[in-house]
Amino acid sequence: MRKRISGLGIYAVAYLVFLYLPVVLLPLFAFNDATIIAFPLSGFTTAWFGQLLEIEALHAAVVNSLWIGVTTAVLSTILGICAARASARFEFPAKRGIMGLIMLPLVLPEIIVAVSLLVVLLGIGIELSSWTVILGHVLICTPFSIAILNSAFLALDRSLEEAAYDLGETRWSTFRLITLPLVMPGIISSLLISFTISLDEFIIAFFLSAAEPTLPVYIWGQLRFPTKIPAIMALGTILVALSILLLAIAEYFRRRGIARTGGKDTGGFL
Amino acid sequence: MNDAMIALRDVHKYYGDYHALRGISADIRPGEFFSLLGPSGCGKTTLLRVIAGFEDVNSGSLMIDGRHMEEVAPNKRPTNMVFQSYAIFPHLSVAQNVGFGLRRLPIDEAEKTRRIGEALEMVGLAGFGERAATALSGGQRQRVALARALILKPKVLLLDEPLSALDKKLRENMQVELIKLQRQVGITFILVTHDQEEALVMSDRIAVMFDGGIAQLDDPETLYRRPKTRAVADFIGVMNFLPATVTGEGDGYQIEMPGLGRASLTADQAPGAASGGPASVGLRPETLTVLFEGQRGEREVEALVEEVVYYGDMTYYDMRIEGVDDPITLSMRNVPGRDVLERGAKARLGWSPGALVLFR
Repeated sequence: MRKRISGLGIYAVAYLVFLYLPVVLLPLFAFNDATIIAFPLSGFTTAWFGQLLEIEALHAAVVNSLWIGVTTAVLSTILGICAARASARFEFPAKRGIMGLIMLPLVLPEIIVAVSLLVVLLGIGIELSSWTVILGHVLICTPFSIAILNSAFLALDRSLEEAAYDLGETRWSTFRLITLPLVMPGIISSLLISFTISLDEFIIAFFLSAAEPTLPVYIWGQLRFPTKIPAIMALGTILVALSILLLAIAEYFRRRGIARTGGKDTGGFL
Repeated sequence: MNDAMIALRDVHKYYGDYHALRGISADIRPGEFFSLLGPSGCGKTTLLRVIAGFEDVNSGSLMIDGRHMEEVAPNKRPTNMVFQSYAIFPHLSVAQNVGFGLRRLPIDEAEKTRRIGEALEMVGLAGFGERAATALSGGQRQRVALARALILKPKVLLLDEPLSALDKKLRENMQVELIKLQRQVGITFILVTHDQEEALVMSDRIAVMFDGGIAQLDDPETLYRRPKTRAVADFIGVMNFLPATVTGEGDGYQIEMPGLGRASLTADQAPGAASGGPASVGLRPETLTVLFEGQRGEREVEALVEEVVYYGDMTYYDMRIEGVDDPITLSMRNVPGRDVLERGAKARLGWSPGALVLFR
């Protein structure tokens, strides 16, 4: 095979550099022994990571984010299971319209979701708390859950459920014994992705979180203090590593699910 | 009182505006190997799913073993099904698949293990219990599906095109095995198939279905030799159709055919039993013979070989007979020492009026 550099190849490389260079800079400065974010690098240190352990407001934000992330993941996955199963198995009036409306937050600007939620919540007199953030996050995560779970349910051969039903099981025990184990990889993948989205999400959390900031909101607040920026870099490094890990696990389970039900990989999010 | 295992009475099924089953009535006997045969979309699978309970009927009645089934869910019916895709549970082992139906029975583990072993042995998979179900070949999956459906000792086993995914050789082996299995367990088998050969080989009786209705329900030989309509005759095997004029009818029929001349038929050679209207006769390819030196046929006609198709054991000829518009297909067994005729050769054909079927 003859190698040649095409215009498309250059474009692809430039694209990847633009996309990932900032992310690569993050750990670079997180280990740099200087408070100023600039080249040349002055030396190696892990002091910024050590500093993270001492900030209590940060710990509160982490706990808050984890709580919101886990709750969001569970709620949006449960909603996703119901919607995806209904959409994959049944025909009902206005199905396309209803599914379209449920999937809409996927393309709706978050700032609009956030502002309108804020207006509505204040209008009906609900106080802002971590639950209002969860509400917003479930709204934007559910479409992702549905998309993942819909492919899991569609890949499931309908006659598997019929066979279990035919062999004496009830509809519920069929769901528990056959359907659930076979779509479990999809469920895990949905949990991980909604958790990751919730953990990273800023705009909705910023508008709806009141006195208890989530991690991204906390980080944004810290950016005003130049001396704290290296520590934020260290924090960012941890978050990036964690996100990549979670997405990799999610993809692993999605692929395993497809292999298990004997389906063909039609491409996923990664 | 009715001693049928399955009694269908005027069953109708609609999907929206689509009339999928149009008044099906049939009795299926205990211990019978019964086939539902028809082209795709004829309603045969729908009928099977109605019997299994996966589809409700819009009107009509269904009784299994003397009990009305309209309000009985699939998990409470004395039927089990082998699905077209086999529906092997991919997350369970072979033994877990086969023993799935035993979960709800009040029997202990030892008894379950014994029954699973028995079922696996019956389908020739003894020792496969611990394998992953996904690691099996198509033919083995088929057997697991059979063992799983038979372990509950159903009164009726429903088979939805179970052999269609197998290659030809394996399919023919499985046909024989299924027949043996059915004799061994002695329960009613209902097979859905679009393959007429498969239905003829395996069944005690066959219901040929077109457009949501049963066109003819008979044993394989009657279906083949005495089809009631041209559609049935055309679907089962190969049949030549010739135009005919009925010149007299009483106890039997006097007919006249272009090219072949006059013949008289007995009453049972017109199983469709209609009268009036334009008539045609059907002739199976193997009821015609090429006559060689010194051979005599009951009736004879001159013909020209127009096309030769060699099958190894058989040769199919398309023959042109003067006065007949379409060529007539004829099949001859290839016997040693007798040459296959060539295109353009002249031949004498022997035919017998007793092999004709009259359609109107």
